[in-house]
Amino acid sequence: MEHYISLILKAVFVENMALAFFLGMCTFLAISKKIEAATGLGIAVVVVLTVTVPVNNLLYNSILREGALGWAGLPNVDLSFLGLLTYIGVIAAIVQIMEMVLDKYIPALYAALGVFLPLITVNCAILGASLFMVERDYTFGESLVYGFGAGLGWALAIIALAGIREKLKYSDVPEGLRGLGITFITVGLMSLGFMSFSGISL
Amino acid sequence: MADASAKQVLFEPIFSNNPIALQILGICSALAVTTSMNVTLVMCAAVTAVTAFSNLAVSLVRTQIPGSIRIIVQMTIIASLVIVVDQLLKAYAYEISKQLSVFVGLIITNCIVMGRAEGFAMKNGPWMSFLDGVGNGLGYSVLLIFVAFFRELLGAGSLFGVSLMPVVNEGGWYIPNGLLLLPPSAFFIIGLAIWGLRTWKPEQVEDPDYKMSRHVAKEAF
Repeated sequence: MEHYISLILKAVFVENMALAFFLGMCTFLAISKKIEAATGLGIAVVVVLTVTVPVNNLLYNSILREGALGWAGLPNVDLSFLGLLTYIGVIAAIVQIMEMVLDKYIPALYAALGVFLPLITVNCAILGASLFMVERDYTFGESLVYGFGAGLGWALAIIALAGIREKLKYSDVPEGLRGLGITFITVGLMSLGFMSFSGISL
Repeated sequence: MADASAKQVLFEPIFSNNPIALQILGICSALAVTTSMNVTLVMCAAVTAVTAFSNLAVSLVRTQIPGSIRIIVQMTIIASLVIVVDQLLKAYAYEISKQLSVFVGLIITNCIVMGRAEGFAMKNGPWMSFLDGVGNGLGYSVLLIFVAFFRELLGAGSLFGVSLMPVVNEGGWYIPNGLLLLPPSAFFIIGLAIWGLRTWKPEQVEDPDYKMSRHVAKEAF
């Protein structure tokens, strides 16, 4: 249990997807003008990550990894080079399925997430989390916790940035720095703040 | 199409329509791989190659793809190209591929590649699309190399791993600025680079959401 808590804290704060690994930056900068939109996107990312990372973990461990096909009489087959293609396919498929399920059973949430769900397929944070999972050799349980934590960290970061940007639009920014420039510098400062967590280990 | 426009397609993305500074595409990887010049150059070459060839491939099949599944088709083309690049790097530049870790794989979701395939290659011929891919790859590379130059020079006192300013730890005179090797510095450098670029080309400045009304001294008293 302790191990999982430490993993989640690490994924949320120390190894924050957005601020320490720069993953999902494109959407991070594009959809952070309003807190509401940022919250919707944040929730969508948490949900998608919590589902896709464990699924990819199962696929990797039972099909792609070297020797994983032993049960089929092919102990020497190493399919890990197909990893990238598989993960992105799984992500696209799951996002599509989630969209349909939500539309049918939880229309309120579907309306709230709206355009953000399809956008998530091309969000590097989602694919990045799966790749980190493979690189660090997480077990199924760990990958579930890691997916959730990574999503939570990303959501936290984008909501915080949206809060800052809502205030920022009233300030008098130098001309060339307006918009994207000042956003970058703001994110840099936030990233500095998050670095203060880096000494924590549980 | 005329030669002039081929040139335009190739060189426009470098400064006038830079994918990172203006189109807000492909920022994710731009930041993480810029701590040393070697790694950055490999990453730039990989992204340029993938963008160019995926544009070429998408453009070749653009009349055959049904509109409703085009995203997944593009995704498959891009993913296959990235796998090729990834395997090549693992075979011939293992050290660097270790340093790039997951970021080679993340070229798949690099919005530059998708964005150009969807926005340009679906509507233009193969040759122009190829040039557009190279151009955007170069635009991406220019900014990345700029960032990496400052980060490696000031952060570690070296370029391409060759020590230019001997650091204090090794008996030299330069006290390296460790901040530049950490994530936040990349944000600052890109922010400042955008400032510089927009001062040079004022038409890229964004309109403010709110106009400040002029300060009127009379009202204050």
